[in-house]
Amino acid sequence: MTDKQEIIQEESNVKPLLEVRCITKKFPGVQALDDVSLQFYSGEVHAVVGENGAGKSTLMKILAGAYTPDSGDILLDGVKVSFSHPSEAQHKGISIIYQEFNLLPERTVAYNIFLGREPTKAGVIDIRKMNRDAKEVLKEIGIDKIISPTAVVSSLSVAEQQLVEIAKAISFKSQVLIMDEPTAALTYTEVNLLDNLIKRLKTRGMAIIFISHRLIEVFAIAEKITVLKDGKLVGTVMTKDVNPEQLVQMMVGRELDHYFPPLGQPEDFGEVVLSVRGASNQLIHDISFDLRKGEVLGVAGLQGSGRTELAQALFGVEPFKTGTLTINGKTSKFRQPYFAIKNRIGFVTEDRKSEGIFSRQPIRDNMLLTIRSIRNMFGLIHKDGTLRDRKIVPTLGNQLDIRTSSYDRDVQFLSGGNQQKVVLAKWLASNAKIFIFDEPTRGIDVESKASIHDMIRGLAKQGTAILMISSELPEVIGMSDRILVMADRTLMGELPAKASEEEIMLMATGHKKIGNSAETSAVGKE
Amino acid sequence: MTTTTASSAKEINQILGKIWNGVRRIPPVFPIFLLIFIILGFLNPKGYQTMNGIMTFFRPAAPLAVLAIGEMLVLAMGGFDLSIGAIVTMVVLASSKLLANDPEKALPAILIMIGIGILIGLINGLVVSFLKVPSFITTLGMMLLVRGATLYYIGGAPQGYLTDNWRQFGRNYIQDVPFFVKIPYALIVLLVLGLIFYILFHRTNYGKQVLAIGDNMRAAQLSGVRVKLIRVVTHILCSVLAVLGGILVGGYGGVNVTIGEGMEMQAIAACVIGGVLLGGGKGNVINVAFGAFTLQAIVNLLNQLGLPKPYTDVIQGSIIIFVVAYSALSSQRKR
Repeated sequence: MTDKQEIIQEESNVKPLLEVRCITKKFPGVQALDDVSLQFYSGEVHAVVGENGAGKSTLMKILAGAYTPDSGDILLDGVKVSFSHPSEAQHKGISIIYQEFNLLPERTVAYNIFLGREPTKAGVIDIRKMNRDAKEVLKEIGIDKIISPTAVVSSLSVAEQQLVEIAKAISFKSQVLIMDEPTAALTYTEVNLLDNLIKRLKTRGMAIIFISHRLIEVFAIAEKITVLKDGKLVGTVMTKDVNPEQLVQMMVGRELDHYFPPLGQPEDFGEVVLSVRGASNQLIHDISFDLRKGEVLGVAGLQGSGRTELAQALFGVEPFKTGTLTINGKTSKFRQPYFAIKNRIGFVTEDRKSEGIFSRQPIRDNMLLTIRSIRNMFGLIHKDGTLRDRKIVPTLGNQLDIRTSSYDRDVQFLSGGNQQKVVLAKWLASNAKIFIFDEPTRGIDVESKASIHDMIRGLAKQGTAILMISSELPEVIGMSDRILVMADRTLMGELPAKASEEEIMLMATGHKKIGNSAETSAVGKE
Repeated sequence: MTTTTASSAKEINQILGKIWNGVRRIPPVFPIFLLIFIILGFLNPKGYQTMNGIMTFFRPAAPLAVLAIGEMLVLAMGGFDLSIGAIVTMVVLASSKLLANDPEKALPAILIMIGIGILIGLINGLVVSFLKVPSFITTLGMMLLVRGATLYYIGGAPQGYLTDNWRQFGRNYIQDVPFFVKIPYALIVLLVLGLIFYILFHRTNYGKQVLAIGDNMRAAQLSGVRVKLIRVVTHILCSVLAVLGGILVGGYGGVNVTIGEGMEMQAIAACVIGGVLLGGGKGNVINVAFGAFTLQAIVNLLNQLGLPKPYTDVIQGSIIIFVVAYSALSSQRKR
């Protein structure tokens, strides 16, 4: 670590634009930041990485004035500052762009850029001047050709909205731009657009701080990388001096010897437990496939290809209208998830916050809901399980290593990773024999990812059938015993284990349909 | 010797810490109730420091608690039920016409009222679940509907009297009870209903599903909760409790067309004082019952101070706003 610190010392003849000294922040039960000191220089892209709960977001929120640190100083241009509100930070030249945008979707770009400080003439908003000024701002960062000031925000793509957020920051004459996972929702080409813009902002002398889980991107954009772990500073390194493996090692504090557990062997696979034939609903069509006991069946496909819709159809959220769904040899129609769960199907949804957790309920009640919802409505409960099995909560809590002082705590007070574990516990408790995972590791740190992969494979080994939807091709390839590829709201075909990324992408973009002569018709549809 | 004293001092510290932790967890409704009751006791020792007076206090407080428990179920589910005041009015007015001064008809009248209550709750629940009308609007409409239908049925003005056997639940006391001196039937009814609904809400699959819906409806559905069914059942339970509460109210109140007016707001206020989160996800039967007692005590306090009814309305409205704001602020601080 010493050589890395030397690098920073070398640079210290240049004064940092923004500096934090010994920042500490505590939340109930968590030391979110512990004595963190960092310098950010102008004209530099500085990435902050770390596992979930490492303190990245807390640090950014302190810089942006959304949180006040318990102790420590913030220095802007060498002068001590303190912000009691994000707008104060913004006026002093520190802008933050969150994962969720703060734009008004039904207003124009110009309105959004100048929200709250619209130019006025005789007490009325001077729309013409506002549009002109907005045009100037967009031009300044070279995106006036892409985005018109009069465009309505909701008509823009996610990437374009992000650019508007940046333009808004520019209009505040920001010196420091903080981006929290700016690329999480972007497609590949959109990421390029953002990269170019960041490079341009850099040459203007801005200090850019960004948080990301995608290491590839961090290496592509950032000059300097800071690693946080458990609220502590692990170190700051120059990007050119490290490789991804070393960085991951800094993040998790251990060698990453394996990413994926070994695939299943032929003897692991049993009979077909779930079978779909020619099934359609209003969202997806012509779905046919089999899922066998003991296998992990991966589902790949681009955004909007119908992956999640497939899961929802199987689970009875948006049931199939035509075709047949056979579970354990029995033709089934699930009108709602209740029936799917009764047939021992589990569905770990993609969006933990809106579809997984009950934030104001205790951990124990979160874990037991799937059991309770399919039992006799007026039947009595036990706080740790059922009247028969009174150890479900502690057993699963230990098994999944849910870290909490008490299972009576509300889930909202847990870290993201622990919340995800609670959701998994809820489905393990349901004792499902068929599991659907939708993006099981999205937005999760490397270490937790590996443990979730192990868990999924472990379930399969115990004879559970698993359908795993993922937009990360390495995950699909690393985990799946077979791979289904979706495109254009239907199944394009099936690939064997260890298929290459190219094969999958080719199919996912609608170029090939195995065992079907209608190769070109699929392209035509797109 | 010294070590033992040191360790025992440490033990005492630990015990004190535990006690303090326990004290901190006491819901604010209990100290508030106690405080107001003590103030009342100073102002009117005879009314609030004797068993006789306390039991008299519980006669009107118990019906409010019954209504509040029903309302709590709906609030905890993330809904509202504004029709319960109109149901109280209906129970009193329609029963008085149905009875036609014949004590023999008391039981059928009560059963008919419960039946109508089930029907009202069923309609509320079905409209909310299947027509996707927000419960606030649905039950507001139901409030007008029930009120109008009641007035139509009785022909615009109260008819007849409520017979004594119908009124006994809300009016009479068990006399000559050792220590308690007398116990209002209403309090017994509340204790029985309170126990049933405590178990139902805190100790059954149903109660946990109500909270799950109130916390995150989408996640509840995806966890197998039959959201529509639970909502219908909850609205029915709320309406039935409103009917039972109405029978108790009719016991001590007179037969007039405004008897149940504003009771939905009183019930909501009682829930809020009892720590129920508007928007759903939190609720406790005992706290809500004490929320109702507290509200009744506040009303009595204002009466004691000689303030007329309009003042109590103003205070009640202020309480709802203040308590909701307070709980919103304190939950923000926790984050």
